[in-house]
Amino acid sequence: MSLLKVDRLTKRFGGVVALDRISFSVERGRIVSLIGPNGAGKTTLFNCVTGVIRPEEGSILFGEENPDALHRCAPHEAARFGLARTFQNIRLFSNMSVMDNVIVGTHARRTAGLGEALWPFGQEARQERRWVQDRALRLLDQLGLELFAGRLAGTLSYGQQRRLELARALASDPELLLLDEPAAGLTYQEKQELSGFLLELKSRGLTILLIEHDMKVVMPISDWVVVLDYGAKIAEGPPKAVQDDPAVIEAYLGIRVVG
Amino acid sequence: MTRKLLILLLVFLPFFDPNAYRVDVLATAALYALLALGLNIIVGFAGLLHLGYAAFFAVGAYTYALLNLNLGCPFWVGLPVSAAAAGAAGFLLGLPVMRVRGDYLAIVTLGFGEIVRIVVTNLEEWTGGPNGLLGIGHPVFFSYNFGVDSKPYYGLLLVLAAVVAWACSRLARSRIGLAWVAIREDELAAECSGIDVARFKLLALGLGGGIAGLAGCVFAAKQGTVTPDSFDFILSVMVLAMVILGGLGSVTGVILGAAVLSIAPELLRSFAIYRMLIFGIVMILLIRFRPQGLWGTAQIRKEMKGRHVSA
Repeated sequence: MSLLKVDRLTKRFGGVVALDRISFSVERGRIVSLIGPNGAGKTTLFNCVTGVIRPEEGSILFGEENPDALHRCAPHEAARFGLARTFQNIRLFSNMSVMDNVIVGTHARRTAGLGEALWPFGQEARQERRWVQDRALRLLDQLGLELFAGRLAGTLSYGQQRRLELARALASDPELLLLDEPAAGLTYQEKQELSGFLLELKSRGLTILLIEHDMKVVMPISDWVVVLDYGAKIAEGPPKAVQDDPAVIEAYLGIRVVG
Repeated sequence: MTRKLLILLLVFLPFFDPNAYRVDVLATAALYALLALGLNIIVGFAGLLHLGYAAFFAVGAYTYALLNLNLGCPFWVGLPVSAAAAGAAGFLLGLPVMRVRGDYLAIVTLGFGEIVRIVVTNLEEWTGGPNGLLGIGHPVFFSYNFGVDSKPYYGLLLVLAAVVAWACSRLARSRIGLAWVAIREDELAAECSGIDVARFKLLALGLGGGIAGLAGCVFAAKQGTVTPDSFDFILSVMVLAMVILGGLGSVTGVILGAAVLSIAPELLRSFAIYRMLIFGIVMILLIRFRPQGLWGTAQIRKEMKGRHVSA
């Protein structure tokens, strides 16, 4: 049984079929990449999986036993089930400190309510706070942002902001991490570091669903690649097989006209 | 430390002031501080522009008035009940307005404020219509009746404002406070980080409403009468102005804002006809030169500036 199972997922925007009966599954502990030309429906698929938009038909099941129906839930519920995501155009809380951004990421794993807010001296409240602080600092450290903990997120450089978004997503201790073009706009060096970090996350048992245009990032680290074009799945398989698939080459490069 | 002592001195001085008028002005300032703290939760923390806050104040005042007149309910029972009633009003308002944002939210809340006032005016059998309700019981503390003297009310309002201010600063630093800021900053990212946006907005409206309910109850008990014209749109705007003047989201700031805007008009009595003019000019200058308010945080200033670019 796979961790994520997308079955005949369909999403229409007016007359446009953004997703047309898409099916695929993601096995636990794998890195699965979602590729395709612009407008293929990759981000729409992400939005369906994370509960941001609701698909018309089909199902998205998350978890091995008693899977949760993601196609029917809200984003905050999806986060509670163990999903975390980043966005194509970075969406940080720019006027919050770097540290607080990561702390917001732990929201779904915390329980402190009104009582703990007004009386934060109880054993449990203390423990939770310490856990949150430790976790946030550790993540900032892992992503090389520890020196910027007190800075406002909006003042970071582009590459740092991408890393902070990743730290915020990881803060919720997710089972499935969805990354929407995490390498976009990064330098060659930063892309290398990102690939290394994603492989490290994988080795720790995290499952990753990745949207990415840069094949130099996608091909070496992916275990499985799903190709979308005009809302339909045109191919899937191991990176090498997909690379040589005529349908994929056609989608990216067009048809060769003989003559 | 000396500053704290100075503040304490200033706060306790009025208890020895023989001038009843001055004490009454201060009691009113404390009442406004309570209202500003409540609205600050809604507008400052959660970022929901609410233009009908006076409605919650009205719900609190009328709840106590009706309970006291019809059931002889004592003030100390009426206080939590009024807060709960106004909090429930905030919650109920929240349910339908969860779907609107920004300007639309402002319009809906403005409408809500007017609806409450008009309902109270026209529900004559219950509320006495435009004539209001008379003879509401003053609080009795053991055998001491608060009566019409402003001093005990000043004391009570100080205590309430202090407790609420303390709770607000705690809230701001908690998981809840952080969730509110996240919602204000980027609702989608907040939701994807596991924050139940609707729930936290409702919480802000409920808490903000509840605090206005407290204030309303004390107001009704102090005046002994309530009439619908005490809860007009201008009151909502005044409290909002206090929050903005003091600094959105800053607990110290909004108390300061409330003090300035309730005491200044009294000091400027001789210019009373120009009051609104001066008020308007001050507001414009503030927005131009100090958008974060008198005591606002740097965070708010950046947010205000950022709006031009990113919104």
